Amino acid sequence: MAKLHVLVVDDEPGIRSGICRILSNYTVGYPFMDEDFEFDLVEAETGEKAVEILDSRPIDVVLLDNKLPGMDGIEVLEYITKKQFDLAVMMITSYASLDLAIKATRFGAYTFMPKPFTPQELRSTIENVTKHLFLKRMTRKMQEEGKQIRFQFLSVLSHELKSPLNAVEGYLKMMQEKQFGDKVDDYESMIERSLIRLKGMRNLIMDLLDLTKMESGKKERKLREINLKDVVKMAMDTMEPYAIQRSVKIKQVVEGDVHLLADPDEMEIIFNNLISNAVKYNREGGKVNVELMDQKDHIAIKVSDTGIGMSEEDLGKIFQDFVRIKNSKTKEITGSGLGLSITKKMIEQYNGTINVESEPDKGTTFIITLPRL
Amino acid sequence: MSNEKKLILIADDDADYLFQMEAMVKSLGFRVKTAESQAEAEKLLDEIKPDLAIFDLMMEQEDSGFILSYKARKKHPEMPIIIASAATAETGFTFDLFSDTDRHWIKADLYLEKGIRIDQLHREINKLLRL
Repeated sequence: MAKLHVLVVDDEPGIRSGICRILSNYTVGYPFMDEDFEFDLVEAETGEKAVEILDSRPIDVVLLDNKLPGMDGIEVLEYITKKQFDLAVMMITSYASLDLAIKATRFGAYTFMPKPFTPQELRSTIENVTKHLFLKRMTRKMQEEGKQIRFQFLSVLSHELKSPLNAVEGYLKMMQEKQFGDKVDDYESMIERSLIRLKGMRNLIMDLLDLTKMESGKKERKLREINLKDVVKMAMDTMEPYAIQRSVKIKQVVEGDVHLLADPDEMEIIFNNLISNAVKYNREGGKVNVELMDQKDHIAIKVSDTGIGMSEEDLGKIFQDFVRIKNSKTKEITGSGLGLSITKKMIEQYNGTINVESEPDKGTTFIITLPRL
Repeated sequence: MSNEKKLILIADDDADYLFQMEAMVKSLGFRVKTAESQAEAEKLLDEIKPDLAIFDLMMEQEDSGFILSYKARKKHPEMPIIIASAATAETGFTFDLFSDTDRHWIKADLYLEKGIRIDQLHREINKLLRL
């Protein structure tokens, strides 16, 4: 049970004790909250005392009478606004005038309750205040977490973009200073490495563009009836030169009708990523199997390889942005670390699912379902 | 004392950067051992006692350089450590890991931004080795 600290500010002892009695054995719960709230009550008979309490301990809700002997309710409210306390204020007053209500809300009071009130009125008002406070805090927390994720993304991105730049710059400097000889041939491997790093950077930028388009939701999706068989064929053709280089054989198996209402470009991104991974992380002379199966309400897809596989620990990370599995087997393989994250996000936009099974040195299988819209 | 006897360990998972740093540091007259990962560097530290170490920050983990510094300090308390990182001071994005408490805990002697000029590097190494 979570506790909300309620400060009751009223110069009439009877009102204070009444409120305390009603709220002390009252709890509030909502279906969207994990736990119920109970109320811990603090009393103040003047505005000055209220300020003193607010400064000395955390308060969640203030029940505030406007007519107080010294400092009045509106002044206390102004103080709360100025200090930016994280709390909700509910005004109580004996002469509930519209003027005061407007003034109080303008100064940041959340709601208003006229005196005299029944216990039920108090309970239902406090229930609203609690809900408001909870949602406000939740929203802020989520925004902060969002910012944090964005920040981490940018930190890692700048690192990923700078590494190839540093590498290429370093090689160019070595050439400029002729550190390894006077002939261009002396620098052949460095030129080769520079080109590889630049290509990696280009791929990263392409992946980033896919990701940005998808996340901004700006890209217009052009849905039409497509045969996934054709998309897979296209992705296989794209990967063919690389597959031949590595003597990897790619095979497509189709069971039934695999037509789907989808954006062909997006389907191509999904299959390009999955098939290129299956070739990249394969062994020399390995196999890639792409299976498409009609399951009536959805299409089941399996992309399996006979490659290096992954540990249980690695499996948990591969769908995150910029995650690349680093070990001696993946040392020579380049990648942006965004491919699978993009693939997963894209599949989820179609309400589909992606799962993965893997065994080190045996191979990896990605299992995807795409529902028919 | 002559430079030539000093041994410098460089750990970086970027093969190109490692190659370039090795060439640069060798051209300054030092001996160099390289490691391509935190794990490899840890193993090397059991076998050799370098006079100075230069660690990349992000290797297997995003804070590999820090972990490595901590472990290296335990094995060779006297060895100066430089952490080189592409974490980007100039763009304003610095890592949470650079908080004061972490600095206190990590105790590397110097943080360098990658892409350092050879004369700067030479000066920093000489300073740490008191040459």
